[in-house]
Amino acid sequence: MNLSSLTAAELEARLDEALDPVLSSRRTAAPLARALAGIERTNQDFVLKWVDIIIKTNSEMAYQFAARAPEAFRLMNLPAIEAWIIHAMDVYDKQGLYPGCSAFGQLEAFAAETAEAAHSVTLDEIRHILELFVQGLAGRPLKVEADPETYTDTGTLFLPVRLYQFAERPDNFRLYKAMAAHLWAQTWYGTYRLASGAPSLTETLAAFREPEKALRLIHALETVRLNALIARELPGLYRDMQELQQLIGEVRYPAAWEQAIQRLTKPKAGVSDSLALLPGLYEGEVPAPFCFQGRLMPERAQHAMQERLTREKELFREALAQSSNESAAPSPDTESASKEKSRQYSVEQVPDPDHPGQFTFMLMLDGQPVQPLADMRALMNSIVQDLGQIPEDYLVAAGAGGYRRQADEKRPEDVWKGTYHEEGAFLYNEWDHRRNHYRKHWCVLREINVHPAHEPFVARTLAKYRGVLPQLRKTFEALRGENKLLKKQVNGDEVDFDALVEARADMQSGMELSERLFTKLQKFERDIAVMFMVDMSGSTKGWINDAERESLVLLCEALEILGDRYAIYGFSGMTRKRCELYRIKRFDEPYTGQVQERIAGIRPQDYTRMGVTIRHLTKLLNDIEARTKLLITLSDGKPDDYDGYRGEYGIEDTRMSLIEAKRAGIHPFCITIDEAARDYLPHMYGAVNWTLVDDVRKLPLKVSDIYRRLTL
Amino acid sequence: MTRISVSKNSGTARSAHTDEYLIKDEPYYEPIGQEIAVFEAAFHQQLPVLLKGPTGCGKTRFMQHMAWRLKRPLITVSCHDDLTATDLVGRYLITANETVWVDGPMARAVRTNAMLYLDEIVEARKDTTVVIHPLADDRRVLPIEKTGELLTASPEFSLAISYNPGYQSVLKDLKQSTRQRFVAIEFNYPAAALERKIVRRETGVDEAMAERLVKFAGMTRNLKGSGLDEGASTRLLVHAGKLMSTGIDPRTACRTAVASALTDDPEMIAAVNELSASLF
Repeated sequence: MNLSSLTAAELEARLDEALDPVLSSRRTAAPLARALAGIERTNQDFVLKWVDIIIKTNSEMAYQFAARAPEAFRLMNLPAIEAWIIHAMDVYDKQGLYPGCSAFGQLEAFAAETAEAAHSVTLDEIRHILELFVQGLAGRPLKVEADPETYTDTGTLFLPVRLYQFAERPDNFRLYKAMAAHLWAQTWYGTYRLASGAPSLTETLAAFREPEKALRLIHALETVRLNALIARELPGLYRDMQELQQLIGEVRYPAAWEQAIQRLTKPKAGVSDSLALLPGLYEGEVPAPFCFQGRLMPERAQHAMQERLTREKELFREALAQSSNESAAPSPDTESASKEKSRQYSVEQVPDPDHPGQFTFMLMLDGQPVQPLADMRALMNSIVQDLGQIPEDYLVAAGAGGYRRQADEKRPEDVWKGTYHEEGAFLYNEWDHRRNHYRKHWCVLREINVHPAHEPFVARTLAKYRGVLPQLRKTFEALRGENKLLKKQVNGDEVDFDALVEARADMQSGMELSERLFTKLQKFERDIAVMFMVDMSGSTKGWINDAERESLVLLCEALEILGDRYAIYGFSGMTRKRCELYRIKRFDEPYTGQVQERIAGIRPQDYTRMGVTIRHLTKLLNDIEARTKLLITLSDGKPDDYDGYRGEYGIEDTRMSLIEAKRAGIHPFCITIDEAARDYLPHMYGAVNWTLVDDVRKLPLKVSDIYRRLTL
Repeated sequence: MTRISVSKNSGTARSAHTDEYLIKDEPYYEPIGQEIAVFEAAFHQQLPVLLKGPTGCGKTRFMQHMAWRLKRPLITVSCHDDLTATDLVGRYLITANETVWVDGPMARAVRTNAMLYLDEIVEARKDTTVVIHPLADDRRVLPIEKTGELLTASPEFSLAISYNPGYQSVLKDLKQSTRQRFVAIEFNYPAAALERKIVRRETGVDEAMAERLVKFAGMTRNLKGSGLDEGASTRLLVHAGKLMSTGIDPRTACRTAVASALTDDPEMIAAVNELSASLF
């Protein structure tokens, strides 16, 4: 069926209504409608559908989209246009209206990129591979991050978001690899290494008339040196890098560079050689850069290094203090403190047996070599990587008090005190069913400890249920199961002599010989890990909260008998920026008095954003090895949060997070007291994976019973 | 009438010839430290030995070498989680009209004064490992409940178990009551020069190739804990080297013998492949 296109007038009416908030007498829907009238009906419908969706987020964004849509149809096909919309919405989500609008504005660039997508490689696809790759090569682990500039600050490699220079995809990947390897080589072969007493790289460069030119020269010199090192140590990688460069054109060096190249390709050449050669070549021209070399950013590198050195110095001295405390024999008299001070650390260079001409560093205590722990060894290596040695002043064990790492660290509580930050938080995607896409890194979740309440809540609960407790315990003891010796089996470990005698007798009297002649030990194993996710929203205030806490007490009693591994987390929060997960009991934690105090300390908080909680708990469950994994939610209502996380949106996101959990092999189940649950829980959890407890007072007993039936 | 006869000693007859367990040619082994001297001392003092170390670092080869050196037959049991005490000690089997007792590897080793090696002992169930206790302390006996026998080990009998402490799982830990009966010898990957020598000797690749292989192993060991549970073992290097010496291209050899053998994670495999590609 061929529907006729909507006319300009019809379109104008629709758009007028939809975009009303952002229209004025100077800005009407008429020009939009005229432009859209020229396109096919299906495309018009597509535009109108998306205008409606985007309006739910922001009207101005919807206007911007409608204005560019005709142009978009000229440049791209439907899936690409959808990708463009989602991209712009992501930008809006992350950075706000203005960047969001300009993302819609960069339509042509987006279309060009999409056209190149067939052979382009994005950093996101390969970031992890590159991180593992450079970590495997050697040295401290380096992070990989996207940045318009290609450089390293010696802690992170900054690489472009996407590469499409080459016509073949594998070549673009090779370019990423070559860039990462070159930057890694800068950190490993000491481009920024500070010789003691020598001026820093920035200071040296500043002395030249054109520091910018000097910087490019020193980078070219270093690239000669690093290429030679890579050629020697990693021949395969070197080949890749050279082949790549040849696709673009070989780098030619001016004749004046010949001697410099000879000097720099010697095995022992260091950054000092490059620095020494710099003045002599300063007047000449700068050779063309290699395609993978990026830029040198000495200020940023120095800054990051300085920060790391200060931190590592303190950590190292602290570690020394700790290890000397451990190794020191406890002496009875406190007077020996002065004696302890005389314990002297030193570092000795020993020739590396595996790399002739190189050295490894050995830590000595009072002239005796000591074996540092793995993390201390990593620290030593990182310091040597920056400085080439371990200076004297590092070797003084830190005194009492030590380094206060807490001082400038951002704490999770601060987000409630006006200084918002995302340090130490987990970021999760959230499903937007209207866009049919995830909102990326939308929710900011933190794990917080429950403030323990020093009240005898557990004892009180146990006293309250005194009557039913023995019954409860007995039920769960019966579930525990034991090893059973099965008789008359077709195969097994041992001969079942009774069966054998019987069978022989049968055979003698002409009957058929039974095959079931063995005994077998049936091992009974419950391999279950269960996660309880407890609603701590404001709506649980009062008796629901009491019932939840009592349920947990009885559950813990039961689970301790069963021996199943379990964890309990409470969840609440307010807006996507403050999702909070309250630790009550972790998997690896025994059921102690502390856990009991935390159960007692569960207090109603704010809202219920369920999706992000489920995603985080799924992650925690994934780290546990068990045959059966359960995620049980105790809830009192629909998902609900302050910033529009309610109704269909909240339900669909929760449903999506549960689908993700199921995909990870986790069985979700929900116990609710909301009588309206029938309307939405089957949609979220599936028809059979929920149950309604209609009387809150019965909840504590019911929960244990439901758990028993669930894991039977 | 059914006649069931129990023949207790037919097992002895079956396992009397132990030649099949004797190692005739010297297995190649490069000592890393004092392990040979320690093992010999433990053998003469009748102490059981626990070999600790990551997989593929030469524990089993060391046992073969020691068995050859001390001229004892070597009986090896690879433990698994379905291994029962019956499997170790022995069981009744039925033949025509009678049941016959058949020794398990443990009883056989004690009767024939062999060297008993329980490989990867933590893989066995905890109740199974307990049966070695009376053999592993100064009693040196093996009670066989089913036949009512009490086997006493002669001075030539020796017991060794191996164990990889790298597993993080609490289920795969050795009980204190078990581990405190043993002399523990720690193994690790050999230093680079020694590892090169081993790779050359075992595979026949040249020095340059052996050097790169060992370097490659070092790279994968850098990744331990960041997605790899273990780096490439000496055994994997030997595998790769053997493939190369028959003409397989080095990158392919590393990919099949090392990267894919180490992990199933596609990103990790890609990274490890890039590492090998950067060397060859």
